[in-house]
Amino acid sequence: MITHGHSDHAHAGHESVLGTPETIAIMNLRLGAAAGKVQQALAYGETLQMGEVSITLVPAGHILGSAQVVMRHAGKTAVVSGDYKRRADPTCAPFEVVACDLFVTEATFALPVFRHETDAHEINKLLHSLELFSHRTHQIGVYGLGKCQRLITLLRQAGYTAPIWLHGAMKSMCDFYESRGFKLGTLKLVSEATDKLPGQIVLCPPASLGDRWSRRFADPLIGFASGWMRIRARARQRGVELPLIISDHADWPELVQTIKEVGAGEIWITHGREDALLLKCEELGLKARALALVGFEEEGE
Amino acid sequence: MKVFSTLLDRLSYAPGRNSKLALLAAYFITTPDPDRGYALAALNEELNLGLQSRKLLLDLSQVHISEPLYRLSRDYVGDSAETLSLIWPDHGVAEAPRLSEVIAKIQHHPRQEIRGLVELWLNNLDVNGRWALLKLLTGAMRAGVSARLAKLALAQAFNKDVGQIEQIWHGLVPPYADLFAWLENRAALPDVGDAVIFRPVMLAHALEDKDLATLQPAAFQVEWKWDGIRVQITSSTAGTKLFSRSGDDISASFPDFQNEKFNATLDGELLVGHNGAVAPFQHLQQRLNRKTVSKKSLDEYPAFIRLYDALWIDGEDLRGLPLRERRARLQGWFDQTRPVRMDLSEIINVTERDKLTEIWSSTREEGIEGLMLKRLDSLYVSGRPRGLWWKWKRQPLTADCVLIYAQRGSGKRSSFYSDYTFAAWDESSSPRQLVPVGKAYSGFTDDELKKLDHFVRNHTTHKFGPVRQLEAKLVFEVAFDGIQLSNRHKSGVAMRFPRISRVRWDKPAAEADTVQGLLALASRPRNAAEI
Repeated sequence: MITHGHSDHAHAGHESVLGTPETIAIMNLRLGAAAGKVQQALAYGETLQMGEVSITLVPAGHILGSAQVVMRHAGKTAVVSGDYKRRADPTCAPFEVVACDLFVTEATFALPVFRHETDAHEINKLLHSLELFSHRTHQIGVYGLGKCQRLITLLRQAGYTAPIWLHGAMKSMCDFYESRGFKLGTLKLVSEATDKLPGQIVLCPPASLGDRWSRRFADPLIGFASGWMRIRARARQRGVELPLIISDHADWPELVQTIKEVGAGEIWITHGREDALLLKCEELGLKARALALVGFEEEGE
Repeated sequence: MKVFSTLLDRLSYAPGRNSKLALLAAYFITTPDPDRGYALAALNEELNLGLQSRKLLLDLSQVHISEPLYRLSRDYVGDSAETLSLIWPDHGVAEAPRLSEVIAKIQHHPRQEIRGLVELWLNNLDVNGRWALLKLLTGAMRAGVSARLAKLALAQAFNKDVGQIEQIWHGLVPPYADLFAWLENRAALPDVGDAVIFRPVMLAHALEDKDLATLQPAAFQVEWKWDGIRVQITSSTAGTKLFSRSGDDISASFPDFQNEKFNATLDGELLVGHNGAVAPFQHLQQRLNRKTVSKKSLDEYPAFIRLYDALWIDGEDLRGLPLRERRARLQGWFDQTRPVRMDLSEIINVTERDKLTEIWSSTREEGIEGLMLKRLDSLYVSGRPRGLWWKWKRQPLTADCVLIYAQRGSGKRSSFYSDYTFAAWDESSSPRQLVPVGKAYSGFTDDELKKLDHFVRNHTTHKFGPVRQLEAKLVFEVAFDGIQLSNRHKSGVAMRFPRISRVRWDKPAAEADTVQGLLALASRPRNAAEI
């Protein structure tokens, strides 16, 4: 069971995979033949009986197709959240609260210092910077699946109609979103640009920020759209001049809100900074434990 | 507060020196007095509000979350003021006070009301405003703006000579209304008179092999590099003061010199010892950072100054003269004045490079830190001008040690495991054990740091709060300037200036050095003069 299509969750080489139709489609697009020999799609809300356990996938609000896995057995309900967020995202279905007995939560931003700004606030910051530095290319690092398309949609909603320039690696996923009915406006490839793109927005993978590829731009102003940008040192370590706190993960208030709302008697915490959320659960009088997943301590978002 | 916090915010992300200069210049031109003066003082970290900011921040940190949650947050962010600004709830921004109002209120309110005041401001500010306010209260801005950069920005903004600003700087006080009046051509250059002021010192560059290859020893004055602290002593009819090299007034810690009366500003090394014999650095450490000094401490660890240069003598500015002449004037002044607690730094007579290298090689055995090479024709230029003065530190000692604990760094290294504790094998126990011998935070590149951080995360055996205990697997070649016997450490040794000179990914931990080997290094006499 795959909660969503990001590469740290949707690994290559599985024998059988089950996920939402969007997740299966994303896996096929990214992994080709390695996306699983047997594939089974389960739409949001449909129920699948596996032995004595019934399985339902419900939206997690993380990216297109992302799902929580709801397992019911003998009157008890367990929910594995996968990655999730609570605020509205125009590119995916919103998180649904499922009352449960056991809730397995992510903890990417599980520290009280992580409080994401509103999308509108951050988009305004970007647009304001474009006005102030109209001669500089605004090169923004974004994750290619989800964040990229969300940022484009937010810009369009804010009235930004100019072409948005893409690194080649972002193209196929944007095409996929378009094919699913998302309107992303005019997108162009950086490789087809005829000038240094002054005053334009360029979206690229975070790894391309500040590397040789960036030298083609007009005095590039480096931005990065990520929840980590809340911490100044994280921005500075990457040479980021324009930090945009836009995240596809729940921030601290959202994590705490969710834990309270699902009403589970027991919380398992994985994927990030478990210590703080563990403490918070104790303060709330909830039984909680940290699941240490080997190799999952890397802090990629 | 809004304008100031926007400036700080932009400065903190500005990628280079030129963009910082432009931001600062624009701020100084467009912001009125006295706000800009206070901002200048804050950026230079010369604004002392006399608060117990550590305690204040700790108290405030627990208004909204529990102490353990705050500690985890602080550990992750690597900066207390930033952590508090991030965890404080957003109340919706109300009318925020001006920077000058904040400072005036803090200076005039009774101490017990300060906390309430700060809480109120925090409620009315956005996250950047909160961060700027808390940074201001701690007095440590760390905005990537050196005192020199701020002065350069002033000079650029108002088209003046930065040298003139430097000359009078230490005679001025915040919010520098007189300085800005002069910068805007509304008044004459402030007259700092014969107040006992600090004059910016001239610093040396570290000598590297490539510099040595082209250097002509005959053009240089060669001196021993003493293991003390750089000071400036200045005396006039208005009194006698001792300054550290950054201009801090340290006279109170060193009353040794209060009876020295003369009319000059002199540059030298502060040392501790009897009759010109230099005691080890630990003895000097007994005297540093003390507000009051006991008679016992004065007798046991008497301070003296080894002079090497003169900036002013009898009202005459000597900084425009070459070193050769300044030294002659210093000698003349010394012979005439015969100060009790000062002597002159010896000049080593050497004109050939081979001989120079030979003398340098012997500095470890002599217990001296290395050599100073100063161009005989160098004028006294404040700052660190290139090619005039060189410091040539003695060869460091090295030992192979095993990484055993790691902790997250702060500031620039925030969130990376960049603070390392390393150990050597203690052969006196059976079976032999690893015993911590030091800590290091530097010596590796950013790329190496990423690899080390990865290593730490994948080889953790225990977590004790922010500290991770690691598998004894990775060996560092540690370089250090010296090693001393110490009863404060379990290993019995303390390293001076340890840093990581190489990461030995290839070397097995079993082959690391032993505590006994390190003890042998420490038993070598450190200082010939002491014996």
